[in-house]
Amino acid sequence: MFYRETGQFKTSYAADDAIFPIRQDFLGFGIIMLIAFVGIPLVSNEYYFVAILVPFLISGLAALGLNILTGYAGQLSLGAAAFMSVGAFSAWNFITRLPEIPFVISFILSGLAAAAVGVFFGIPSLRIKGFYLAVATLAAQFFIEWIFTHVGWFYNYDPSGSISTPPLTLFGFELTSPISRYYTTLTIVSVLALLAKNMMRCSIGRDFMAVRDMDIAAEVIGIPMLKTKLLAFAISSFYLGIAGALWAFTYLGNVEPAAFDISMSLRILFMIIVGGVGTILGSFIGAAFILLLPIFLNISAHALLGDLVSQQFLVVAELMVFGGLIIFFLIIEPQGMARLWQIVKEKIRMWPFPY
Amino acid sequence: MSFFMEVLIAGLLAGVMYSLVALGFVLIFKASGVLNYAQGTMALFAALSFVSFVEMGINFWVALLLTAIIMVILAFVVERVVLRPLVNQPLITLFMATIGLSFFLEGFAQALWGSQVHRLELGISDDPIFIGDIMVSQFDIFAGVTAAAMVAGLAFFFSKTKMGRALRAVADDHQAALSIGIPLRHIWVLVWVVAGFVAIVAGLLWGSRLGVQFALSLIILKAFPVLILGGFESIPGAIVGGLIIGSSEKLAEVYLGPYVGGGIENFFPYMLALAFLLIRPYGLFGEVHIERV
Amino acid sequence: MLGLKKWFLIGISASLVGGATMISSAAADEQFVPLPSYRVGPYAAGGTGLYGGFIDYMNMINIRDGGINGVKLTWEECETEYSTPRGVECYERLKNKGPTGASVFNFVSTGMTYAVIERATNDKIPIMSMGYGRTDASDGRVFPYIFPIITNYWSQNTAKIKFIGMKEGGMDKLKGKHIVNLHHGSGYGRETIPVLNKQAEIYGFKVSHLEVPHPGADQKSQWLQIRRMKPDWVILRGWGVMNPTALKEAARMRFPADKIVGVWWSGAEEDVIPAGKAAKGFIAAGFHPAGTDFPAIQDIIKHVYDDGKGNLSDKKRLGTIYWNRGIIHGVVTVEAIRTAQEKFGKKSLTGEQVRWGLENINIDEGRLNELGVAGLMMPIKLSCYDHEGGGSVKFQQWDGSKWNVITDWIKSDQSIVRPMIEESAAKYAKEKGITPRDCPKT
Repeated sequence: MFYRETGQFKTSYAADDAIFPIRQDFLGFGIIMLIAFVGIPLVSNEYYFVAILVPFLISGLAALGLNILTGYAGQLSLGAAAFMSVGAFSAWNFITRLPEIPFVISFILSGLAAAAVGVFFGIPSLRIKGFYLAVATLAAQFFIEWIFTHVGWFYNYDPSGSISTPPLTLFGFELTSPISRYYTTLTIVSVLALLAKNMMRCSIGRDFMAVRDMDIAAEVIGIPMLKTKLLAFAISSFYLGIAGALWAFTYLGNVEPAAFDISMSLRILFMIIVGGVGTILGSFIGAAFILLLPIFLNISAHALLGDLVSQQFLVVAELMVFGGLIIFFLIIEPQGMARLWQIVKEKIRMWPFPY
Repeated sequence: MSFFMEVLIAGLLAGVMYSLVALGFVLIFKASGVLNYAQGTMALFAALSFVSFVEMGINFWVALLLTAIIMVILAFVVERVVLRPLVNQPLITLFMATIGLSFFLEGFAQALWGSQVHRLELGISDDPIFIGDIMVSQFDIFAGVTAAAMVAGLAFFFSKTKMGRALRAVADDHQAALSIGIPLRHIWVLVWVVAGFVAIVAGLLWGSRLGVQFALSLIILKAFPVLILGGFESIPGAIVGGLIIGSSEKLAEVYLGPYVGGGIENFFPYMLALAFLLIRPYGLFGEVHIERV
Repeated sequence: MLGLKKWFLIGISASLVGGATMISSAAADEQFVPLPSYRVGPYAAGGTGLYGGFIDYMNMINIRDGGINGVKLTWEECETEYSTPRGVECYERLKNKGPTGASVFNFVSTGMTYAVIERATNDKIPIMSMGYGRTDASDGRVFPYIFPIITNYWSQNTAKIKFIGMKEGGMDKLKGKHIVNLHHGSGYGRETIPVLNKQAEIYGFKVSHLEVPHPGADQKSQWLQIRRMKPDWVILRGWGVMNPTALKEAARMRFPADKIVGVWWSGAEEDVIPAGKAAKGFIAAGFHPAGTDFPAIQDIIKHVYDDGKGNLSDKKRLGTIYWNRGIIHGVVTVEAIRTAQEKFGKKSLTGEQVRWGLENINIDEGRLNELGVAGLMMPIKLSCYDHEGGGSVKFQQWDGSKWNVITDWIKSDQSIVRPMIEESAAKYAKEKGITPRDCPKT
C-alpha cells in the first residue's frame, strides 16, 4: 500500500541506475539517516552512545570490510582483526608522531597501511581457495599479533604493551565527549558505507562477484585475477584498518594487540554470516546480532530473572541461548538476516493484496 | 646433537597430540564438507563429562562408557536439530552453525558440570625415559601409539568398508549421494559419533596434561595448521601434518626464537603451512578439486 | 517454513519490547558496588571464586552489621567474559546505578583496567586493581582515580628476588646465579622484564626471558631450553592453563618444583590441582594465604552460608585462594567506604567521595584484628603519593593438597621500583598533558 513502485517512471539510464531506484527506498534511507544523525542524539544517554552505538557502528564497518572480501569477492578470511590492529597501531603512530596532520588524514593513511598489509597477505589467494585460504589468513592473524607485541617501536616501548590514545582533535576541538565520539564514528561509517554500496554496484563490485561465483569462468571472460583479488584484499583491509583505528580511538581509548585477537576475527566473520554474506545491510544487522545480543540477553536476564536464579546459572544460560539463536536463525534463513528483510520488503510490496 | 634430537622428538610427539584434535575435523569434513568448529568444545565436553563421572566415584570404564553414550546422543541431536534442516546449504552456513553449536555446548557443559578446573589422572606414567642420553616422555609415546592405532582403524574404515565409501560419496555431493540411495542421515549420525569418540580420546589425553578446563577448547588453534598442511580430507594427512608442524615449530622456537624475541610458536606453523600451500594448494594429501567452467 | 518466519518476527518484536523495560530501583542509604564479573570463559574458575568471595563478604556485612554504619551495600553483576569490550560496556552500564552511582570498580583484568583509566578519571569513579593492572598507577599524583592496591607486579618481583636471595643465603649469593623468567606472551607476561633486567644488573645474576605464546598449552620447546640452560631458579609468570602445563613439563624435565617461584596468578588451587603430583613443592607469591581460620571468614560461614545465602554452590571452595582474594577485595572496598563516611557522613556516597576514602584508607594491625582478618592480609595505608600501600608478599608452598605459608611478609624493594614507576608515570603525564597533583611524599 505504502510501498508501490507504480507510477515511478524512469526516463533516463541514470535514473534507472540510481542507488535507490525506488522512491520509498530513498525516503526510507533518508529517514534512517535523519534518525541516526538527529533523532538518536536527542534521546540517547551516555551509556547508549559509548557502550552500544559506537561499538555497534564500528563493528558494522569492520563487518562491511570483511564482507567486501568474503561476501562480494568470495575470499574467506579469518584474519580480519589483524588488519584492524594494523589500522589501530598505524593510526596511533601517525597521530602521536605527526600531530600536525588532521586526524582524518591520519586515519586514511592508516587505512592505506592496512591495505598494503592486506595486499601482501592476499597474494596467496591467487593459488589457495576456500577453507584453505581461510586458515592461511590465520597466518596473518598470528603473525601481525606477534609483531605488535614484539617490535617495540609500534607500541612505543611501553612495558605493558598497551598504549592509551590521545584525544582526536578537529579544528582545535577535542572530540572526547560521548556525543562527539558518536558523531565522528557515525560520519566516517556512513561515508564509507555509502562508498562501499556504490563500489559494489559498479564494475569493481561486478568483477568481485564474478570472481566469487566462479573464478575460472571470470578469468575466461577477461577479468584480471591478480588485480581483482588483490584489490578486494586492499579495499577490505582499508575498511578494516579504519574500523580498527576507530575502535581504538573512539571506543576503547587504548591500543593493545589483545583487543584484536583471533576471537575478534571470528566475531566479525560471525557477523557477516548471520547478517548476510554479500550485503551491506547484512553487515550492520549481523553486527547488531553478534555484538548486542549477548548484552541484551545479559540485561534482560537480570531484569527478568535476576533475583530468582543464581548469577552463575544466568550467564551460562545466556551462552546457551546465544548459541541456540545462531543455529535457529541459520535454519530459518541460511542466507542471513538481510535476506529476511528482503522477504519482508517483498511482502509489503504486495500488501494487502498478495497474489 | 643430542639436544637437537631431543627437540625433534619432543616436537614429533607434540605433533601427534595436535593430530589427535585434527583427526576429528578431518572426519567430519570428509563426510560432510563441514569444518566443525565445535570439535574443540566437543573434546572439552567429553573430558568434562568423563572427569565428573569419575569424581562421582564411578568406575573408570563405566565412566568412559557413559561419556561415549553422551557423545552418541549428542551426535543424534546435532544431526536432528542442526544438520538436517541445513541440508544443501552453503558450507559457510554449516560452518557458522557449528560455531553456534560450540557456544551452546560451552554453556551446556558449564551448566551441567560447573566451571571448575578438574584434575584427570589416566594412570599413565609421565616420567621420562632415556634412550641413550635422549629424553623421551612415556606419556607422549602412549599418545602416539593411540593416535597411530586410531588412524589405522579409521583409514581402514574409510577405504575398505562399504560404510566408509558411502561416507566419501556423501562428502562429494549430498544430492548425488541421496539419489543413489545412500541414507544421508545415518551417515551423518555415524560420522558425528565417530568424531565424538575421537573427541573423547583427544579430550582425555589433553585433559590429563592440562587439567580438564575451558582452555581445552583452544587446542583447535593448534589443529588448524595441521589440517591445512595435511589436507582437510586426509586421515594420514592429519598425522603427517601433525608431525611436520610439531617438529618444525619446536625447532623454530628453540633455534630461531632467541634471535627474534621468542614466542614465535603461535604463528610459525601457520607460516609454514602457508608456504606448503603455495606449492600444493590442497595440502599434502588433500583431494584436488578439478574446476571446470 | 514461512509460518516459522512469521512467528519469529513476532517473537523478536515482543522480546525487544520486553528487554526495553529495564527495571531499576533506587532507595536512600544504599551504597552501590558494581561487579563486572566473569563467570564463563577461559578464566571462569578464578572469576567465580573471586567474585563469590567478594559478594559473600558484602553479604555478611549487610547481615551481621546491617551494612556500613547502617548504609546497606547493594551490588549488581555484569558478565564480561574476560573480554575488554564487554568490560567497557559493563562499566558504562553500571557506573550510574544506585542512588549515587558506582562506588569503585574491580575488573580483575589488566586489559579492562587499562581501557577504563581515562573514562573513570573523567567520570570521577575510582578503579581498584588489586594485584594486577597498570603498575605505574601506583604514582597517585598522576593517576588520582586508579588504585593498584596492595602490591603491583614490579614490587612483587623485587620481593621474589629477595625471597630467592634468602633461600640462597643472602643477596650477595645471587651473584653468578641464573634465573629464567618464563612468562606468558602478553602485555601482562612481559611487564616485569625491565625490572628483572635492572635487578640482574644490581645483584649480578643472569636472567633469561622465555616467552610462552598464549594460551601456553604446550611448552616443550621452552622447557627443553630450560633443561639445557640448567638455571638455578625459574620464575613462572603464567596465567590460566599455562601454569599446570609448566609444572607438568618441569616434572618431566626433572626440574625441581621447589625451585619454581610463581606469581600470584599462578598460585591458586586451580593452577596446581590439574598438575597433580608434579606441583608438589611449587612456591608462589601471594598477598594473602588460603584457609578459613579467620574470624571474618567464620562469620561469613555462620551468617551467610549456614543460612544458605552463600554465593558459591560448592562449600569446599571456601577458603581457596581466589575466594579469599575476593574477601580481601570486599574488606578494602568496605573499609574505603567506611573511611569516606567518616568525612562525608553516613549516607550514600559518590564515586569521588569513595575515592577520597580509598586514598586515605589506613588499616593497621589493630584494625585488621577488629575486622577479623589479621594474618589474611597485611596492613595497608594509602596516600595521595602512594596508591599501592605496602607491597609486601608472603610466599606459600603447595604440599600436594593445600597451600602452606612458608615466609613472613617480605617487603618489596621500593628503592628500585619507585623510581621506575615515577619515570613511567611522568612519561604518561607528559603524553596526556596531565599536571601531577602536588602531594606530600610519605
